[in-house]
Amino acid sequence: MDETLVEFIKRTIMKIPITEMMPILKAWDFLSEKQLQTVNFRQRKESLVQDLVLLCEERRASIHDAALLDIIYTQFHRHQKVWDVFQMSKEPGEDIDLFDMEQFKSSFVKILQRALKNVTVSFRDAEENAVWIRIAWGTQYRKPNQYKPVYVVYYSQTPYAFTSFCPLKSNMPLLGQALTVASNHHKIVKMDLRSRYLDSLKAIVFKQYNRTFETHNSTVPLQDRTLELDIHMDSRIIHENRIEKERVQRVTQETFGDYPQPRLEFAQYKLETKFKSELNGDILAERKEPLRCLIKFSSPHLLEALKALAPAGIADAPLSPLLTCIPNKGMNYFKIRDK
Amino acid sequence: MSVLRPLDKQPGLNTATILLVGTEDALLQQLADSMLKEDCASELKVHLARSLPLPSNMNRPRIDLIMFVVNLHSKYSLRNVEESLRHVDATFFLGKVGFLATGAGRESHCSVHRSTVVRLARTYRSPLLFCDPEVDGFRVPVAQRLVRMLQICAGHVPGVSALNLLSLLRSSENPTLEDL
Repeated sequence: MDETLVEFIKRTIMKIPITEMMPILKAWDFLSEKQLQTVNFRQRKESLVQDLVLLCEERRASIHDAALLDIIYTQFHRHQKVWDVFQMSKEPGEDIDLFDMEQFKSSFVKILQRALKNVTVSFRDAEENAVWIRIAWGTQYRKPNQYKPVYVVYYSQTPYAFTSFCPLKSNMPLLGQALTVASNHHKIVKMDLRSRYLDSLKAIVFKQYNRTFETHNSTVPLQDRTLELDIHMDSRIIHENRIEKERVQRVTQETFGDYPQPRLEFAQYKLETKFKSELNGDILAERKEPLRCLIKFSSPHLLEALKALAPAGIADAPLSPLLTCIPNKGMNYFKIRDK
Repeated sequence: MSVLRPLDKQPGLNTATILLVGTEDALLQQLADSMLKEDCASELKVHLARSLPLPSNMNRPRIDLIMFVVNLHSKYSLRNVEESLRHVDATFFLGKVGFLATGAGRESHCSVHRSTVVRLARTYRSPLLFCDPEVDGFRVPVAQRLVRMLQICAGHVPGVSALNLLSLLRSSENPTLEDL
């Protein structure tokens, strides 16, 4: 087997944590049960990896088998990548063709290979009519770089595709074109939405985050719920602003709902506005050009943090619509200009 | 009744009431719980308010001590306290008002400078306490001090009045240029 391929397989297996070794190898389904039984999974990781690589060599693993393993690893560790969202559209009036997965795959590969002779494309089908695509980029004269692939998750029944951040940015237009043409769309647009949490991006884009299931508990009115809290509290503590607190809870619930929020790590606002000041003769207000300013909110779970702001007393309720519109509009990058 | 006055009601028998004013409910709740855990001969009542003026439809006892709680991490909480101070009658500031600043321990998170609250307390001639309620070791002594201050302000400690306490606390500070 090619030395570079062996090295690639070795490094891919090395990345896998010991606890996930069995599930990932089983999902890969390349090494047989008999072969796996001969391996001692309790030894030191380096020796374990060497044993597994030898087994792969025995079975004559190809680059496609290795790429498939890489896809499975990424599927288990999808949070390690930052995902962008692309939306495709058809021409108005175009017929809605029946989607053929095999035709999509062969068309996709053909387009990429026509442009760049050397490119490794691998597919793995997933649930909900989705397909995970791994692309390792090469050029006319250089073999593909297996260590900087880009991943695309395309939901075939929708116009949406999620791509991992690609260090080789110059190939992105080609990727967009291949996706669009192979799936019979006309245009592709990058949405202003980015996050590590692929499932949250999915929930936002497919509007699946606000499903509240009808249960008996959800029909308890707000007033009764607050009474339950009071019984546990000391009767010597009196809340003067109870009505205001209830209003804040109500407004927060109306804005954010009862369901868990999709997970985003940041929201970024690019301001290009004129400086507004109440003071006369303020130097900044006299500038003719707009001020440029970047504001970034970061959090391990941004939307839950925003939801907690008003009840915690850190901000007034209702919050600014610029913050609360994030899941509805499907954006966490904003450009704000003067009207 | 949009302005709080100290002596507009009859006192309750052996009752002392403190009003904590601050934007962060969880913080006020922690202080209230700690205060009520203390052994005290008087019956304590703690009222928590986000801001002043207080809603007029409530029937409340005479308030013996007001503590304004400022979170040094939040300019919003400082502004809230500054707004609320306007609804307190001047006679309250004869020993029945205090300021409590939280969050001084985490300097990197502070958006309100220490000197701002120090100046605020000095302007209103009232004592300033610092507290980090998340740390048990800080919270309990502060709660004990507040309970003691409250008892004095309610008149439950014979021989010491709120005004006495105020002058005692003031003379221990370094005299400022304005005082001299």
